Amino acid sequence: MYAYVIRRLIEAFLILLGVSFITFILLYLVPADPARQIAGRSATAQTVENIREQLGLNLPFYEQYWRYLVNLLQGDFGRSYLQKSEVGELIAARLPASLLLMVAAICTELVMGVLIGVIAAIKRDTPLDKGLMIFSFVGVSAPQFVVGILLLYVFAVQLEWFPIGGYGTFAHIVLPALTLGVLGTGWYSRMMRSSLIDVMTQDYIRTARAKGMPRMRVIFRHALPNAFLPIIAMIGIDIGFFMSGIVVVESVFGWPGIGQLAWQAIQRVDIPIIMGVTLVSACAIVLGNLVADLIAPFVDPRIKLK
Amino acid sequence: MNLRNKLLAGVAATAMTLGAGTALADNMGGNIIVTYKDDVSTLDPAIGYDWQNWSMIKSLFDGLMDYKPGTTELVPDLAESYTISDDGLVYTFKLKPGVKFHNGRELVAADVKYTLDRVVNPETQSPGAGFFAAIDGFDAASAGEAEGLSGVNAVDDQTVEITLSRPDATFLHVMALNFAHVVPKEVVEEHGQDFGKHPVGTGAYEMTDWTLGQHVIFSRFDDYHVEGLPKLDQITFEVGQEPIVALLRLERGEIDIAGDGVPPAKFLEVTGNPEYDGSIVEGSQLHTGYITMNTQMAPFDNLKVRQAVNMAINKDRIVRIINGRAVPANQPLPPLMPGYDENYEGFKFDPDAAKALLAEAGFADGFTTELYVANTDPQPRIAQAIQQDLSNIGIKAEIKSLAQANVIAAGGEKDQAPMIWSGGMAWIADFPDPSNFYGPILGCGGAVPGGWNWAWYCNPELDKRAIAADAMADPSQAEARIEEWKKIFTEIQDEAPWVPVFNEQRFTIRSKRLAGPEGIFVDPVHIPVHYDHVYISEGN
Repeated sequence: MYAYVIRRLIEAFLILLGVSFITFILLYLVPADPARQIAGRSATAQTVENIREQLGLNLPFYEQYWRYLVNLLQGDFGRSYLQKSEVGELIAARLPASLLLMVAAICTELVMGVLIGVIAAIKRDTPLDKGLMIFSFVGVSAPQFVVGILLLYVFAVQLEWFPIGGYGTFAHIVLPALTLGVLGTGWYSRMMRSSLIDVMTQDYIRTARAKGMPRMRVIFRHALPNAFLPIIAMIGIDIGFFMSGIVVVESVFGWPGIGQLAWQAIQRVDIPIIMGVTLVSACAIVLGNLVADLIAPFVDPRIKLK
Repeated sequence: MNLRNKLLAGVAATAMTLGAGTALADNMGGNIIVTYKDDVSTLDPAIGYDWQNWSMIKSLFDGLMDYKPGTTELVPDLAESYTISDDGLVYTFKLKPGVKFHNGRELVAADVKYTLDRVVNPETQSPGAGFFAAIDGFDAASAGEAEGLSGVNAVDDQTVEITLSRPDATFLHVMALNFAHVVPKEVVEEHGQDFGKHPVGTGAYEMTDWTLGQHVIFSRFDDYHVEGLPKLDQITFEVGQEPIVALLRLERGEIDIAGDGVPPAKFLEVTGNPEYDGSIVEGSQLHTGYITMNTQMAPFDNLKVRQAVNMAINKDRIVRIINGRAVPANQPLPPLMPGYDENYEGFKFDPDAAKALLAEAGFADGFTTELYVANTDPQPRIAQAIQQDLSNIGIKAEIKSLAQANVIAAGGEKDQAPMIWSGGMAWIADFPDPSNFYGPILGCGGAVPGGWNWAWYCNPELDKRAIAADAMADPSQAEARIEEWKKIFTEIQDEAPWVPVFNEQRFTIRSKRLAGPEGIFVDPVHIPVHYDHVYISEGN
């Protein structure tokens, strides 16, 4: 077990190193010149040159990368070119909002996904099942910005049930969490349905039914916990989807998380922020997968870590 | 509600009406909310240089000079008075007594010296350092070879003497720029590079809260040195709000100013909506949108080709594409700018004459070229209109639609971008003087790698005249100086390095309860509004 964890952590470190290298090289190749960007349109050539030197932008690529890496290992993400603040501070200030949104989205997709999946499985091959599966199909396929704007228009603008974007109260989180969770809902409900249908054909379910246990009790006591297992593994992978999803959802709803920060930085080519958010996201994805893999054997003793 | 409560409510209501009555008399008090899409970048006056933080900084800090609200007229601010030596080289400013910083300390002449030394110090990385080039000792200070500017001296606590190395007619404008706004040394040193997040100045408001990614709050500074200002108690700047969301919230009365204005796609809907009657204020600004032609790249090194392009562009149609949010232009200077020539005719839209001229230049069959453009709406649509106009005279232009920073980078390369549509990146003057529309964008100094003279136009003769014009610093020469600039700009246009396309109008959208002196919602230097003077009018 410990050996496994250590091996996975080393792997994680190597993955993050790779991500940092690829992101750095991509951003290095962007034609915009950071020194000129910082210097602004009225700067003299002297000013631009000073800035280039102070930031080490005149150094060769590998040296710039090495410097970045050394600072990074000391927890220093550098300073934003345009906002001038420490990138670490900007991300730290916004991370709680993103985490809150993600937790809310996980709850949404779990509750809705499992509920829809179970109902569809129980009512298998009825019009209700068909309807729910069409809904989940749409949920999986619809682009998040479309879903977000649609929800915003219907529930915030027309019905005025929720505020039009922003942050602070429970009412603010409902629509963004729904938007972010709708993909997972679609995904989970389909998984739940097929998993439950599959489990229902197992011998032990037949045994339970044969001894006269009521159908609902069989489903909730014996079938559901087993059908639920694949979903747990999915949550770890979900974090990856969320990391891309929050960029869109946070921008649509004015949610002050790191996705919005990334979107602003991309539009203005603020390289240190783009680097920082990418690395933090990569870190979250790697950790999410690791945690999901570590939890799996506890939930399902049939799984063994190798 | 029982009788006793009713009585109490009545008393409270009377008290409130009375309270409101006194507040109404001088329009003091109240809070407003302003929204923006992007985070506030920095509130350090030496660094902040985008249109969002520009007017915010103006309300936190003050300079020696300022403008009369709603106008381009220079007036002393932190200076009580000033004198200029006969040779135009020495400016002596007497400071207003009793001006306090937000931390309670009184402002002295040494603060002004510290501020100017700091802004030109290369460590500060100020984008505005170049504006101070006329001050004696600038070269040494900006190269980091000297401690500070030898030309700036605090004679005593109330007197600052600034010596220039050459006469500069724009110098008082430079003293009104944010970059010259006075900062207290002890606070800057305490926060270092984070001063922009902990700004302390002498302005009408002090910053009382900054929650990253959510809001910035300005509160009234009770010791402000101008009597009766500011009018409001508090301004909350909410960030992360899409312009379209801001509009909806404005409609519901939740916010007071949509800082990013009306999104282009919603413009007609909003201006045609009676709900918004009286909420939208239109004004002009110191802006020109133009197409640059790289005068050092064939075939645009040929004057006739450039003139032909100037005659080929249907500017009225482009103005229609952006729903009439601009007026067609025929010269580099915008109409609001001193030196704009009302009688100048420029090149008329005439595709046939353009075609003939192109044939004369040896391109009877036209040629192919590239048109660079920023990739945000409405710029690519405008570029398509330009492309069509060009194809009518036989020029095939391929549109290169890139992120703004990349277009700027391409323009700064000598041989990369033959044509650029400047939309979204066009020049907006830093201060209302024609000189500011020349050097960086049409002078030889801007025609360098990384510069903003994307036409790479360099006429040494005009450069000399421009320098001579800016040396006419004596107030008695002001008119002659503007006349000379007028000539310089029309002569540039005769050489056609640009196609001046339009001057963008400005539309401020705000709640109806906001009011203020004439012109503050279209103030040439404060966008979207002059925060110090705006107030809540209870009449609405």
